[in-house]
Amino acid sequence: MAKRAAPEVNAGSMADIAFLLLIFFLVTTTIETDTGINRKLPPMEDSDEDVIIKQKNIFTVLLNGKDQLLVEDELMELKDIRKAAVEFLDNGGDGTCNYCRGKKDPSSSDNPDKAIISLKNERETSYKMYISVQNELVAAYNELRNRRAQQLYGRSFIEMQADFDNVNWVGNKEKLKEQLEEIKIEYPQKLSEVQ
Amino acid sequence: MAKFNKKKGGELPAISTASLPDIVFMLLFFFMVATVMRENTLMIKNSLPYADQVEKLDKKDLVMYIYAGKPSDAYKQYGTEARIQLNDKFAGVEDIAAFIAQERASKREELIPFLTTALKVDSEANMGLIGDIKQELRKVNALKINYTTRKGNVFDKH
Repeated sequence: MAKRAAPEVNAGSMADIAFLLLIFFLVTTTIETDTGINRKLPPMEDSDEDVIIKQKNIFTVLLNGKDQLLVEDELMELKDIRKAAVEFLDNGGDGTCNYCRGKKDPSSSDNPDKAIISLKNERETSYKMYISVQNELVAAYNELRNRRAQQLYGRSFIEMQADFDNVNWVGNKEKLKEQLEEIKIEYPQKLSEVQ
Repeated sequence: MAKFNKKKGGELPAISTASLPDIVFMLLFFFMVATVMRENTLMIKNSLPYADQVEKLDKKDLVMYIYAGKPSDAYKQYGTEARIQLNDKFAGVEDIAAFIAQERASKREELIPFLTTALKVDSEANMGLIGDIKQELRKVNALKINYTTRKGNVFDKH
């Protein structure tokens, strides 16, 4: 008996099947957001030793129930807070901070290590506004860190951090980490959220 | 000379669709790879606020998600006040401690200090609820938190 050739399978409907699957995945896809502002909460147990912080080293930001900002007892717009925070952190009142470029106003913060930003809110404050303010305050820190990184290593802090997180980056990560830590020590992020 | 007969008319030849499956498959593979299946069905409105000074959450498996916001239209019977959602159901503030304990129990012991709590809170919610959540988290010593936001300018009207 003559060997019969197997009939060819019709592939015309392959596109339809693929389309069906494609549409399924298109519909189920949600691009998850995985970015955000990292914060560390203060631990619960309050230490016995009272830490005495001079009033001039605290930058109080109060956000009331009507989403109005009170910065150092003055009403302020959201857009101005970044500049005010930079001025406060970069003041360098006691002269120990040789990389600060602030006004060295004795009534403002001593040095970036001592400067603390305290963010208070009320129960009625909207979350959106709160995040906006947090964002601006983090931006103030980043601005100073970027400036310092530019001065020391010729590139911005954000860039360096992106490189550090990038798995494909070729370079000395140990050294980069050291540099990042150094800048973080020079401008530590001391932001307290009080209830 | 039949061999050199001109084709009749000026008709365009039909476009071959033989490569269509290949193109579709290419798209299909892209979406298959990019798809992350949602773990929780959201019962709340969850439009996150915008911020631009953001950091990436690196280890996905070391993140605990706490959602909060107004109940969405399908769950109107739960009221219009912003609520907390843990896993697939609404929860009260007092349930957070149990939730964290449960999440911790499901992870290897040495990884527990690296657990981060991501707060996915609707931008309409107010800080009272978030203050309560933060207080609960402090009680169970889950101090690393992340306010999950979308990337965008704070000053733009979204």
